[in-house]
Amino acid sequence: MSDTIIHEVTQSEYKYGFTTDIETEVIPVGLNEDVVRMISAKKNEPEWMLEFRLKAYRHWLTMKMPEWAHLNIPEIDYQSISYFAAPRKNAPQSLDEVDPELLKTFDKLGIPLEEQKALSGIAVDAVMDSVSVKTTFKETLAEMGIIFCSFSEAVEHHPDLVKKYMGTVVPHTDNFFAALNSAVFSDGSFVYIPKGVRCPMELSTYFRINAINTGQFERTLIVADEDSYVSYLEGCTAPQRDENQLHAAIVEIVAMKNADVKYSTVQNWYPGDKDGKGGIYNFVTKRGICKGENSHISWTQVETGSAITWKYPSCILMGDNSSAEFYSVAVTNHHQQADTGSKMIHLGKNTSSHILSKGISAGVSQNSYRGLVKVGVNAENARNFSQCDSLLLGDKCGAHTFPYMEVNNESAIVEHEATTSKISEDQIFYCNQRGISSEDAVGLIVNGYAKEVVDKLPMEFAVEAQKLLQITLEGSVG
Amino acid sequence: MLEIKDLHASINGKEILKGLSLSVKPGEIHAIMGPNGSGKSTLSSVITGNPSFEVTQGSIVFESKDLQKMAPEERANEGIFLSFQYPVEIPGVSMVNFMRTAINEQRKYRNLPPISATDFLRIMREKKALVEMDNKLTNRSVNEGFSGGEKKRNEIFQMAMLEPKLAILDETDSGLDIDALRIVANGVNKLKSPENATIVITHYQRLLEYIIPDYVHVLYDGKIVKSGGKELAMELETRGYDWIKQEVVV
Repeated sequence: MSDTIIHEVTQSEYKYGFTTDIETEVIPVGLNEDVVRMISAKKNEPEWMLEFRLKAYRHWLTMKMPEWAHLNIPEIDYQSISYFAAPRKNAPQSLDEVDPELLKTFDKLGIPLEEQKALSGIAVDAVMDSVSVKTTFKETLAEMGIIFCSFSEAVEHHPDLVKKYMGTVVPHTDNFFAALNSAVFSDGSFVYIPKGVRCPMELSTYFRINAINTGQFERTLIVADEDSYVSYLEGCTAPQRDENQLHAAIVEIVAMKNADVKYSTVQNWYPGDKDGKGGIYNFVTKRGICKGENSHISWTQVETGSAITWKYPSCILMGDNSSAEFYSVAVTNHHQQADTGSKMIHLGKNTSSHILSKGISAGVSQNSYRGLVKVGVNAENARNFSQCDSLLLGDKCGAHTFPYMEVNNESAIVEHEATTSKISEDQIFYCNQRGISSEDAVGLIVNGYAKEVVDKLPMEFAVEAQKLLQITLEGSVG
Repeated sequence: MLEIKDLHASINGKEILKGLSLSVKPGEIHAIMGPNGSGKSTLSSVITGNPSFEVTQGSIVFESKDLQKMAPEERANEGIFLSFQYPVEIPGVSMVNFMRTAINEQRKYRNLPPISATDFLRIMREKKALVEMDNKLTNRSVNEGFSGGEKKRNEIFQMAMLEPKLAILDETDSGLDIDALRIVANGVNKLKSPENATIVITHYQRLLEYIIPDYVHVLYDGKIVKSGGKELAMELETRGYDWIKQEVVV
C-alpha cells in the first residue's frame, strides 16, 4: 500500500482552475522594438520610460536564458507570446463599477473585496491581467503621505521617485528575465512610505493571470524612507490553462535608515495538471536593499504553484547593523519543479541574516533550495544562519540543497543546517487509528512542518496559506 | 460487541492468522498471550485496519458492523482504540493539536459540534492526571523525544481522551518499569466500565496482576489454541509455552 495513501492525497487537482470572462485587449504575439513602443504608447508613458524599456530590450537581445538552475525548462518561443493585455473598460471609481465577473473571481478565491474593505482594513490594489483595476484606501493612506498605487500611476504622478529608485536594486542588466521584464513590464504596484511614517495597514496586491497566452510581467517597487515601516502582502492564484504561461516579475525593495519592510507572499499559480501539462513558468527576480543603518527587510513566502519556479528573494545588507530574513515554504507536487532560495549579501558592519527554508516535495516533482551567503571584505562581524529542511511525500520526488558561501571577512560567522525527512506510512496509520483521515493526517503533518514559516505571515495570509497547504488551523488552544 | 470468525490474514503474501475466532462482550477484559511470532500484533493490526495486512478469509464484526468495509479512521471513530506497541513520533504536530483534531474528528463522525476550548482544556487536565502525565509532554510534538515509558503512558492518555468502546493494548507493558506499569494499569482500570471492553495483548503475566482479565487466550501459529480464566495466565508464567505447543501437536 506504501504509496497509495500518499498518492491519493497528493493527486487532488488544482482547485482554483477557472477563468473569468472579462473582455481583454491583446496586442499581437511576438516581441520587437515596435511592440515595446506599442506597450509604452498604450500606457501613455513619458519618453524616459520608453527609453528605459528600449535600453532593456536591446540588452535582453544580447542575453541567454540561464541554464544553471536544477530545472528542466522546455524551450520558450518568445515570439509566440503576447506581451500586453488589459481589460477594455476604464478603471472604475467604486465597487459598483467593477465588473461583477471580477468580483466573483475574488469570491471564489475567498478574497471578497467588500469584506476586506469593511473588515480587515487592507487596501487592495487588484492587478487583473496587467492593469490595476481597483485601488482602495488610497485616500486614507494619502493623508499620511503614503503612496500606494499601480506602477503606471506612479510613472504618471510620481515620476521623480520612480526615476530615482527604479532599477537601482535590480538593474535591467541583472539577468535574462529581469531584462525582459524591464522591456515589457505591464504593471504592478508602487509603494512609498515617507520619513517617520508607520503604515497603519497591511498593503496587499492580488495578482492573477487571466488571458490565454499572455505573459504577465509585473513590476513592484517599494521604497521605505528613514524611520518608516510597512508590511506588504502579495498573493496570487491563476486559472487553469493548457498553454504554458510565462511570468517574469521584478520586485525591488529599498529600506533607508531605520526602515523596516516586511514582504509576504502566497503564490499559487496554476501548476499544470497531473501529467505536467500546462502550468505557469514563474521566473521572478525579487531583491531588497538595506541601504541605511539599522534597516531591516524580511521576505516570507509560501510557494505552492507554478509548473516551474525560479525565484530567489534576496537582500543586500549595505547599511551597518542592518538585518534581513528569508522564510520560505515551497511545495511541489506532480511534475512541478522549483529552484528557489535566497541570497544574502553582507556589505555593512554588524549585519545579520537568517534563512529558513522548508521544502515539501510530492508526486514526481523536483524541489531545490539554492542559496548564497556572501560576506564582503568590509563586513565586520557579519552573521548568517541558514536552515534548509526538506520533507518528502512518496519516493518518486526529489529534494536538493545547493548552499553557496563566499566569506571574505574573518570575523564572520556563517552557519548552515539541513535536514531531510519523509512522511511515513506508520505516521499516517497512527493518525488514522486516532480517527484522522489520511488526507487530514498529511495536512496535519505538513502544517506542523511548515508552521514556523506560516506563523511569520500576517494573520489574513496565514489562513490562506494554510488552506493552500490543505490543513486545519492550529488554533489558539496550546 | 466484537465477533471474529475464522479470520485469516496475511502480510506480503505470508499467512499469519490462520482461522482465528474470538468473541468479546461489553464489560469484559480479554488477555491474548502467546509466544513471539504467533500473530498477536497482527490481530490488533487487522482489527484496526492497518493496510499492510490483507484479510483473506473470515469476518470481523463490531457492534453489528462489518469492519472490513470500513477505513481505519472509521473504525477508530466507531470506538476502537489501539495502544500501539511502538508509537510513532510525529515531529511538528503538537500533542494538543493532535488530540484536538482526533476528538473533533470523532465528534464530527457522531454529528456533534467541535469541542469548545474550555471543555477541551478541562478534559486534557483530568486525563493527564489520570495517567500522571507531565504537562511538558503535552506541549511537545506527538511522541517526539518521549522515553519508551512516556510513549506508553501517552497512549493510555489518548485512550482516556477518546473514551473507546473497545481498547486494544498491544504489549503496553513492554519497556515499562514497575512504577510506570502500575500507573498505566491504574489508568486502564479507572477507564473500565460495563459498556466498554479491553483486549490486552502481552507476553508476560506481569501486567495481568494489575489488569485482571476475565478471559485468557493463548495464540499459537495464527490460531487461539487454548482459552481459560485468569489462572491460565499463571500457568503460562510457570510452565512457559512449550506445553501448549506440545498439546497442539498432539
